[in-house]
Amino acid sequence: MTDKTVSLPEERQHGSFIKNNLRNYGMLMSLVAIMLFFQVVTGGTLLQPLNLTNLVLQNSYIVIMALGMLLIIVTGHIDLSVGSVAGFIGAVAALLMVTYKVDYTLAFVACLALGAAIGAAQGYWVAYFKIPSFIVTLAGMLVFKGLALAVLQGQSLGPFPATFQKLSSGFIPELLPEAGTLHPTSMLIGALLALGLVYASAKGRSREQSHGIEVEPYGFFLGKSIVLACAVLYFTYLIATYRGLPNVLVIMSALIALYGFVTRRTVIGRQIYAVGGNAKAASLSGIKTERLTFLTFVNMGALAALAGLVFAARLNTATPKAGLGFELDVIAACFIGGASAYGGVGRVGGAVVGAMIMGVMNNGMSILGIGIDYQQVIKGLVLLGAVCIDVYNQRR
Amino acid sequence: MTAMLEMRNVSKSFAGVQALRDVNFSVRAGQIHALVGENGAGKSTLMKVLSGVYPHGSYEGTIVFEGEERRFRDINDSEALGIIIIHQELALIPLMSIAENIFLSHPPSKLGVIDRDEVYRRTRELLAQVGLKESPDTLITDLGVGKQQLVEIAKALSKRVRMLILDEPTASLNEADSAALLERLMAFREQGIGSILISHKLNEVARVADHITVLRDGRTVDSIDCHAEPIQEDRIIRSMVNRDMAHRFPERNVKIGEPVLDVENWSVYHPIHPERQVIKNVSFGVKRGEVVGIAGLMGAGRTEFAMSLFGRSWGTNISGIIRLEGREIALPTVAAAIDAGLAYVTEDRKQLGLILADDVRKNITLASLDQVAPGRVIDDIAELKVASDYRNRMRIRCSDVYQETGQLSGGNQQKVVLSKWLMTDPKVLILDEPTRGIDVGAKYEIYCIINELAEAGRGVVVISSEMPELLGICDRICVMNDGAFVGEFKGSEATQEKIMRAIMRNERSIGNAAPAAAEMGGSQP
Repeated sequence: MTDKTVSLPEERQHGSFIKNNLRNYGMLMSLVAIMLFFQVVTGGTLLQPLNLTNLVLQNSYIVIMALGMLLIIVTGHIDLSVGSVAGFIGAVAALLMVTYKVDYTLAFVACLALGAAIGAAQGYWVAYFKIPSFIVTLAGMLVFKGLALAVLQGQSLGPFPATFQKLSSGFIPELLPEAGTLHPTSMLIGALLALGLVYASAKGRSREQSHGIEVEPYGFFLGKSIVLACAVLYFTYLIATYRGLPNVLVIMSALIALYGFVTRRTVIGRQIYAVGGNAKAASLSGIKTERLTFLTFVNMGALAALAGLVFAARLNTATPKAGLGFELDVIAACFIGGASAYGGVGRVGGAVVGAMIMGVMNNGMSILGIGIDYQQVIKGLVLLGAVCIDVYNQRR
Repeated sequence: MTAMLEMRNVSKSFAGVQALRDVNFSVRAGQIHALVGENGAGKSTLMKVLSGVYPHGSYEGTIVFEGEERRFRDINDSEALGIIIIHQELALIPLMSIAENIFLSHPPSKLGVIDRDEVYRRTRELLAQVGLKESPDTLITDLGVGKQQLVEIAKALSKRVRMLILDEPTASLNEADSAALLERLMAFREQGIGSILISHKLNEVARVADHITVLRDGRTVDSIDCHAEPIQEDRIIRSMVNRDMAHRFPERNVKIGEPVLDVENWSVYHPIHPERQVIKNVSFGVKRGEVVGIAGLMGAGRTEFAMSLFGRSWGTNISGIIRLEGREIALPTVAAAIDAGLAYVTEDRKQLGLILADDVRKNITLASLDQVAPGRVIDDIAELKVASDYRNRMRIRCSDVYQETGQLSGGNQQKVVLSKWLMTDPKVLILDEPTRGIDVGAKYEIYCIINELAEAGRGVVVISSEMPELLGICDRICVMNDGAFVGEFKGSEATQEKIMRAIMRNERSIGNAAPAAAEMGGSQP
């Protein structure tokens, strides 16, 4: 056997490198373009600290659910019930905390467990009975919408205990002396995060280099790191000049990091993609396809519950209308972010960017005073356009 | 009598592979013309040329039908002239009734509204014509395969049919249904309809055919007028298989050791029709360093046998004993089979073997992720190294291991699948049609890999429909037919004739509807 190295001719590497990256960063660049557009047409309102903080709070539950939905879509399924489940869990949380005065930690855990159980109930039919997920979760959508109404008896229920509200409306405590409007703790966390990200990618790069693996060109790497660090620093700065980092942003970031890691680096993540890519081949390679499908639904249920709690805490009341139509935003976020409707393809980063594109557009158009009617039209067209571009890119 | 159909000097090639070479083929009105040959001999290609699936211009040669040269652009053109093909896989819609299926494309109608009375009247006529006693309302899904076949024929008759092409019509039929079908065919002969019958079952061919054409490697190698001379089974078989050993096979140091896999009394039932026994109490074994071939026709049960062994991934009500290195084991799941040291390379690599949208690296490590993932977290550098190592060892031609497997050629895809299974370090590898759809050069490389595996002391089982391949690489060849082993030969003693004869003898004893026909000695009606 010959002892060939892994490397390739130089030009070819660069060509395919740039092409791959365009594909990966295409949506991110669209997000940046959309943000710049609204920043200009709203006369700078979009990136004002107050608005930016609101933007995060308004979209956190969509992002959280998009993480679970991405896994569902990657396995080749869909979950239409997430909005109803989120609303139902919000109602149950209100019932426990407001009516029965259950301790908020206990109620929180119970609600997450209930969400997971709901996911398990739906996943069971999908995974083991092979009932199309569209039908199972359509049924779930009706069932939990109805149950939310029943639990609340058609009324709104609130307010929640003050500590529970902090889940959504709270900010991380300030440990350092304040400097004007700037919250130094938040700024410090942001700076550490930026440093950490740059350090981690530098370390990964040098590790690959030491094993003789071809890496991205140094200039590209340096530029990318600087842009990344600056972006993180700038956004933390903006947020830190208002009231600091919202609690929910911390939760959301931790979840994004966790799901990004699980999908890219773990055995279970790899196997989920294999199931979506070719279920028969996966099962003939010894992967327990049914169990994995089941688990993605359990996970989705728990995340829908978390989103429901965040939403309820934000409104400080549980209403029968909570969660209405969330599933559409969540599913749209995944597809805008490049997930394939046929399964097997999709990235956590993409889904998050997709959710942010939807969020920025909602927010920007509201500031501009565009009515809810045309907002929907524009969002619909963006969804169609994004998927068309993606399909076109895949064919090329 | 002049020929109704004449195909002159037809040649057709696919991407450099010559599928048909100067084939001449003619059918007279009221004649049953049988077309026989091995899998891949070019029978289906010839029929696709005739029916317009391959349009005029994509092949060389001329087609003359009813006195005129025809240039079919698609299947509609040939159907308009009454050339109707009935495929082996039936094209009926299961949840529609017989009547709806027969008149699917052109139902009799008044002003665009389907005339139900007329549909039923004509359906009853057609059903009577094919001898099927069912209500026109019966759903297709409620009929057995034999009756479905008759519905297909009725559907053909609903159009203006001049020539009927039947591709392996009796392959999935039982004895009585086959006999009924052949009877119909003989009735059509009386009405002046020409028929082309593609079949592996020589006894049936002998019973009904007026003329037999044998195809081999895309050439007409024999043409027998059944009324002029007696039909000799030997002659047909020899014509079917006798060929020059076109490809050569790599040499191997044969060193056969202890038995590694033993299967006893293995029996499997069909997952959808649980009353059908697909594998009939067979026993089978492989030794270390041995390459065992399983020969047989399509549908003999070879793939089903292999998949049922491999973690019960096919069939229900499976029973029997598996011993691995002398130890009796149960393999209830694929994961258990892999852990025990079994590997199965599927027949259909695109549908069952690979994740085409994923890259080479991910496909190679898919079945043994634990090796590169300490603590369930994938070490991407270790993974990359393993994948690159297999890429070099197996000489997989790809731009890098991050290339999508869907973009690779068939031979390289097969090497990716083989790498995946080698990485599981199996004691026994079952390779199902390992060289299907692969060019000659890549085939040779696959044979070399098989030899290396055997020399490394693994047991190798090769399922193949290409007999020369089995003869070239196997130490022992077992012949399977209709779910049972019907012959076993040492590699050095086996010949294609012997294998074919073992199959045919068995076919005859199964499909022995009329004792006179079994003699193959020209028992003509």
